[in-house]
Amino acid sequence: MADTFLLNGKETPFKAGQMILEAAKGGGIEIPTLCYLKGSTPTGACRVCCVEVKGARSLVAACSTPVSPGMEVSTDSEIVHRARKLNVELLLSSGKHSCIACEANGNCRLQDLAYFYKITDLKFKEKEISDIPPTEDENPFIIRDFSRCILCGKCVQACNEVVVNRAISQGYRGKNSKIVTGGDSPYNDSECVFCGQCVQVCPVGALTEKKAKGLGRPWETQKIRTTCPYCGVGCQQLLHVKDGKIIKVTAVEDAQPNQGRLCVKGRFAYDFIYSEERLKTPLIREKNGEFREASWDEALDLVANKFKEIIKKDGPDAIAGVSCARSINEDSYQMQKLFRAVIGTNNIDHCART
Amino acid sequence: MTNSFADYAKAKLFILIGTNMTEAHPVASTFVKDAALNGAKLIVIDPRRTDLVDFADMHVQLKVGSDVALINALMNVLITENLYDKKYVESCTEGFEELKKKVMEYTPEKAAPISGIPADTIRELARKMASIKPAMLMYTLGITEHICGVNNVMSCANLQMLLGNVGVECGGVNPQRGQNNVQGACDMGALPNVFPGYQQVANADARAKFEKAWNVKSLPDKPGMMMPTMMKNLTTGKVKAFYVFGENLANTEPDIKHVEHELQSAEFLVCQDIFPTETTRFAHVILPAAAWSEDDGTFASSERRVNRVRKVSVPPGDAKPNWWIFKELAKKMGHEWTSNSAQEIWDNELSVLAPSMAGIKYSRLEGDGLQWPCPTADHPGTPTLHKDGKFTRGLGMLKAIDYIPPAEVPDKEYPFVLSTGRRLYHYHTRTQTGRCAGINDLLGEETADISPADATAKGIVDGEKILVKSRRGKVEVKARVTDQVPEGLVWMAFHFRETCANWLTNPVYDPTTQTAEYKACAVEIEKLK
Ligand code: SF4
Ligand code: SF4
Ligand code: SF4
Ligand code: FES
Repeated sequence: MADTFLLNGKETPFKAGQMILEAAKGGGIEIPTLCYLKGSTPTGACRVCCVEVKGARSLVAACSTPVSPGMEVSTDSEIVHRARKLNVELLLSSGKHSCIACEANGNCRLQDLAYFYKITDLKFKEKEISDIPPTEDENPFIIRDFSRCILCGKCVQACNEVVVNRAISQGYRGKNSKIVTGGDSPYNDSECVFCGQCVQVCPVGALTEKKAKGLGRPWETQKIRTTCPYCGVGCQQLLHVKDGKIIKVTAVEDAQPNQGRLCVKGRFAYDFIYSEERLKTPLIREKNGEFREASWDEALDLVANKFKEIIKKDGPDAIAGVSCARSINEDSYQMQKLFRAVIGTNNIDHCART
Repeated sequence: MTNSFADYAKAKLFILIGTNMTEAHPVASTFVKDAALNGAKLIVIDPRRTDLVDFADMHVQLKVGSDVALINALMNVLITENLYDKKYVESCTEGFEELKKKVMEYTPEKAAPISGIPADTIRELARKMASIKPAMLMYTLGITEHICGVNNVMSCANLQMLLGNVGVECGGVNPQRGQNNVQGACDMGALPNVFPGYQQVANADARAKFEKAWNVKSLPDKPGMMMPTMMKNLTTGKVKAFYVFGENLANTEPDIKHVEHELQSAEFLVCQDIFPTETTRFAHVILPAAAWSEDDGTFASSERRVNRVRKVSVPPGDAKPNWWIFKELAKKMGHEWTSNSAQEIWDNELSVLAPSMAGIKYSRLEGDGLQWPCPTADHPGTPTLHKDGKFTRGLGMLKAIDYIPPAEVPDKEYPFVLSTGRRLYHYHTRTQTGRCAGINDLLGEETADISPADATAKGIVDGEKILVKSRRGKVEVKARVTDQVPEGLVWMAFHFRETCANWLTNPVYDPTTQTAEYKACAVEIEKLK
């Protein structure tokens, strides 16, 4: 028989070693979190996951407290909500959380909690602007806005424990605390490899994608799953699309093979398709060496006729082709079919060799 | 790959050989690092001190191209010291006696001067490999891009079979593919000897099947040319027309000067691409194609996983899906094809014709896709090949293999080895990454990476322009002085045109696969006045 504990008065099973957070989830209760990052060492920094455990002297953090058999846990009591609300109020005044101008508006866990607890006015004095380090954006991809950072440490966990690039850490102490790169240098001069994993996990608007700035609100975009066009790992991406244009790319959480991770190419190298330099019309080279625009009909007639002429004169093996290892399967299928069934040669290959 | 990426985070021992994962397969490398932090052991066999060495228990800095000699010596130790998996070898493999006879010639003492690895280190390495089971072996182009690429691959397979590591989770022989869909292009039969699903063109039954499906009287039975042969025959006149789909051969192939001469010689060159490239300059007709995310379809990743790619944007101007272009061309040549979307091509043709993918239909690809073999509609797909040591051909074949040096080795005139590869921020010839905002800011030019010792000897400082020359060409490029590179080695990539390593590389090929020896040629470096 599985061990059980009492979750809001209901007997609920749990697995040995499980934290209250996960066990409660198994029992159908979502406990809010800000600093919890699945698979990493809990930091216990935000305390919004606090719950009441009978017999404990104070509220405990659900993300880092293991369940024990018979434990009585309340996630919904007045004292729990009062504590959570207070924590949120403290976090709100720890920086400058003006949602109107924030990229994360509509996709922010702190905003969600403030809304849930109907917080309209700041209870505590906001941090002075002069005490907030300047925004760090000297790099092409990542904006770090310290005025919105709640020092939850998730980005540090992601960088050190998930992607293990070891580029950032918690720096300084007390009111000077901030997330820093080695030597507190700009990202460009640090160990950072711009995988953007820190941005992916940040629960608020402290870390955002520079390229997506101002291009669309979360509720205005469609999220469409696809596969990265670069290397053979085949990471699963979520394209954030507005008006038929990709404005941002994130990783699909819990998907094989990447489990919520991407690299710099998968996350930031998507906009080549919108380049002005794209080929937009068939081109035929004139005698003088210049290319001129042509219709599909004219271009394909030219190719078909030339191929027919060569087949007649020199045989089908005088035609050869290479397919593309970047394009979709179906394109390669069609090309080899064209060569084998229509032209009549097996002279079809691709660049498997590069 | 015989195994799956999902194994990485759980593996106990990694043997990485000729693979620079943090730059070429970054996300896969994160799972290796996670495992290493959790106590997995990591062996990195590479001439360069790649970033994963920071996490490694052993870094074996072998000389470029000495893989077979090293692996033979490792197997020598495994056999001599009785460390190999006898049960596995007896029940699951054949050819052991021949292998044994061959590797007995390769004592660690013999392999030491060839590989640059001391005999005792070779012994230690072999013992380490045998000490934990299973071990997962990963390789990339450091193994294949040699004139002995096939031999290198077979040596990796020999080693893993001898260790009894093939056919188990967290084991296997795992080539990580460079391009998103190299695996798929092979699966689809964009190869001169096989139809889709690896069915031989030389097999009459296979031909009969495809003749019926494609509604043609006959299909050619003779395997065709591989790409380097095609290109060579552009100059002999044996190949008159060349159809290049999505490849920038003028930058990616070794010895650019010669490659351009070949392209120039084509009587009729068709290029189908999304951008004008160095290659399209030689075209007679250029056909504009739809790009990634402008068309629905599928990719197959290194782990044989077929995944969906989805359309979110419309192609610019008159650009068309590639499958449409081929279909229209077939029509102009008198063939009506019925399939009218990637999904119809897959569901109604490919999956019907390729038994290993028969169970894969678009309707099943909504989530994480499926790994072939997936022969039936209710088959869950295959994360691990050769499960329990069962090979497609019955028994795993151990093969006796001899070491051969690279085709061009350093001499007085060209005393350095040039080895080439990829860097994190760019992809191949930059036709795509070069046009993405921000990427060029992170890596804006090529460098020739050299060791501090060689830099000092030549009086070269980090960041100064130097001349790198080979028997085929020369480039002026910034030196990057780094202890990633051992003495005697120059390392470059091929992302930038003017300073592309392929002005220098040697157009010599593995006789079986015709993969070029991008990883080794001889060069000289000079300080510019
Ligand atoms: S930047 Fe974001 S993830 Fe990092 S500590 Fe601040 S709020 Fe947390
Ligand atoms: S982008 Fe990646 S490497 Fe850079 S700080 Fe963020 S997680 Fe670390
Ligand atoms: S995100 Fe990076 S690692 Fe993943 S498939 Fe794309 S290029 Fe490869
Ligand atoms: S989520 Fe538990 S302390 Fe932050």
